[in-house]
Amino acid sequence: MGNVLDRAGGVNLLPLAVAALAFVLIGAPSSWVTLTVAGLAMGMMVFLMASGLSLVFGLMDVLNFGHSAFVSFGAFIAATVLAALGGWLSAGAGMAALALALALVAAMLFGLIAGWFFETVIVRPVYRDHLRQILITMGALIVAEQLILAIWGGTPVSVPRPAFLEGAWIIGDVSVEIYRAFAFALGLVVFAALYAVLNRTRLGLLIRAGVENREMVQALGFRIDRLFIGVFMAGSALAALGGAMWAGYETLITPALGAEMMIVVFIVVIIGGLGSIEGTLLGALLVGLTANYVGFLAPKLALASNMLLMVAILLWRPSGLRPAVK
Amino acid sequence: MTDATTISGRPAAQGQTTGAIAVKAAVAVIGAALLFAPFLFQDVRAIEVAARICVFIVLVASYDLLIGYTGIVSFAHTMFFGLGAYGVAILSRQMGAGWDAVLLGAAAGIAVSLVLATAIGLLSLRVKAIFFAMITLATASVALVLASQFSQFTGGEDGITYSAPDLFKPATKLLVDEEGDVVRWFGVRLNGKIAAYYFVFLSSLMLFVLMLRLTMSPLGTVLKAIRENEARAEAVGYRVVAYRTFVFCLSAAIAAVAGSVYAVWLRYTGPDTALSFAIMIDILLMVVIGGMGTMWGAVIGAVLLVMAQYYLRDLMSAASEAVGALPLLPELLNPDRWLLWLGIVFILLVYFFPRGIAGTIMARGARR
Repeated sequence: MGNVLDRAGGVNLLPLAVAALAFVLIGAPSSWVTLTVAGLAMGMMVFLMASGLSLVFGLMDVLNFGHSAFVSFGAFIAATVLAALGGWLSAGAGMAALALALALVAAMLFGLIAGWFFETVIVRPVYRDHLRQILITMGALIVAEQLILAIWGGTPVSVPRPAFLEGAWIIGDVSVEIYRAFAFALGLVVFAALYAVLNRTRLGLLIRAGVENREMVQALGFRIDRLFIGVFMAGSALAALGGAMWAGYETLITPALGAEMMIVVFIVVIIGGLGSIEGTLLGALLVGLTANYVGFLAPKLALASNMLLMVAILLWRPSGLRPAVK
Repeated sequence: MTDATTISGRPAAQGQTTGAIAVKAAVAVIGAALLFAPFLFQDVRAIEVAARICVFIVLVASYDLLIGYTGIVSFAHTMFFGLGAYGVAILSRQMGAGWDAVLLGAAAGIAVSLVLATAIGLLSLRVKAIFFAMITLATASVALVLASQFSQFTGGEDGITYSAPDLFKPATKLLVDEEGDVVRWFGVRLNGKIAAYYFVFLSSLMLFVLMLRLTMSPLGTVLKAIRENEARAEAVGYRVVAYRTFVFCLSAAIAAVAGSVYAVWLRYTGPDTALSFAIMIDILLMVVIGGMGTMWGAVIGAVLLVMAQYYLRDLMSAASEAVGALPLLPELLNPDRWLLWLGIVFILLVYFFPRGIAGTIMARGARR
């Protein structure tokens, strides 16, 4: 039994199992499809936010509690760019796509720069000292949240969406929101790109080797610190991208967004196992699907469901579903 | 926890240094000020500040047991504080004001805290510090959500208003003269408000002394050993997980008692006063600014931060008005942005003075 399951994909089948169980419980295929698409889209956006955190931890044993600051900054920057280019959004699909691309690029660019700043100024002095890492990144998170409040104010900001992402496709009695499909596709592309870089390039080889044994990579003469800052910057940019996508998904964002997403992101990386992007994707999809199914079946439990999922998985596999070798 | 030695020094181990004496003198002054607070500062706001300081000293000291003495980073400390507060609040509303409601509520809060702390501890204290921090953060946020969801019990975002036992009502007369009026000492009316303040003060003092005694006992030494070198402590024969779980439960229970006391004082319990993440950040700032691993640091940190909370805002609004013409600067100096500046101070402190105020001063004398 175990062998058959392992050959079929082992823990990778969990999202499918959850979806199948939900199908039985929900009963109505059309709402099941809608919920599944929403869950997958949410999972993909959370994956964008969480992948950087997981890789940074795997590579350098650094856990950045301030990671969610990149998410909220990404969301607010994208919202600002989209609002500033409001005219383009209604001026035809080409211009609208350009505006959206500019917003996402602006968010990622900010993520890159902020990631570089964070790594060199905040995190570098406290390598290998977990207690101070937690404290100092927490301090940075406080400052970042206050900066957002100072710049954008405490009132909710509405996020305009390009016209071609509004609305839904109706197939039979099933409706699929276009934005969700877009978020899922974008997440899939990023995952594919990350997977290809990590598994098919020399750079990815070095990163994976660094995750497995940092000292050995260093001893072989590679500058692991440069590698690390690169990964940190890329991870921050991905978090900002995830935040930007999330802003469009929610359409109304508040400064509390970062703190809310931080919990989800943490649960995802714990479930997935720190250090591997496959694990993160798995965790993100599981969390996204469970959150949406439970939100439909038992709305009161929706927010506790992630927590229960985490407890269940930690009891079963204390270091997450697919941790990197450590 | 490889470099934990740099975080907190070994206070008191080398005997009394001049710095240590200075810190203890400062704490004694603070204690005296709190003891006579109703007579020294005769306005409503000052006594609120004094009571909040008392409660937060206990709360921060119990957190220091975790972070400073044992090297556990938990973000669920406000959850335990809130459990104690909500226990008293819910029962006071259901049963009506009275000592039975307060005691039963506090007992219920402590019991739930202990069960939760044991569960979290046994489940996750085996894993790395970082996992533990993440798991407690997630638990605390779920507790916050549950409190706002089950509004028929917790009052949701609005919280619960209730009355305290009769002894603490402002109309209660503690001492009356021949005409039946409240006796005044040094111009202060001896009414229920004073009784309530001294209830807060004495329970805080008791809890603080208890914790101080604990850190000086053999148990405290074992905890420090675990913090400094977990593997060695295990090898010497101490069951690290058992000790950690015990401390986690103990500090959770003390936090719950502090929550109950504060609930009796405020006669209101809501997410903002007892459960919000902002309080967790306050505790963290207090313990780090005051100095981890020294009970004295908790006193100093709590006093400084609570004072800042109440009085820094006035200063900042004045500063904000003074630079009103400049761009962005007034926004940054807005009184609501005081956490921004504290956050920056916090980061600088973790860099340059990881021992906090108390730890740094106490180490100063040791060099001579």
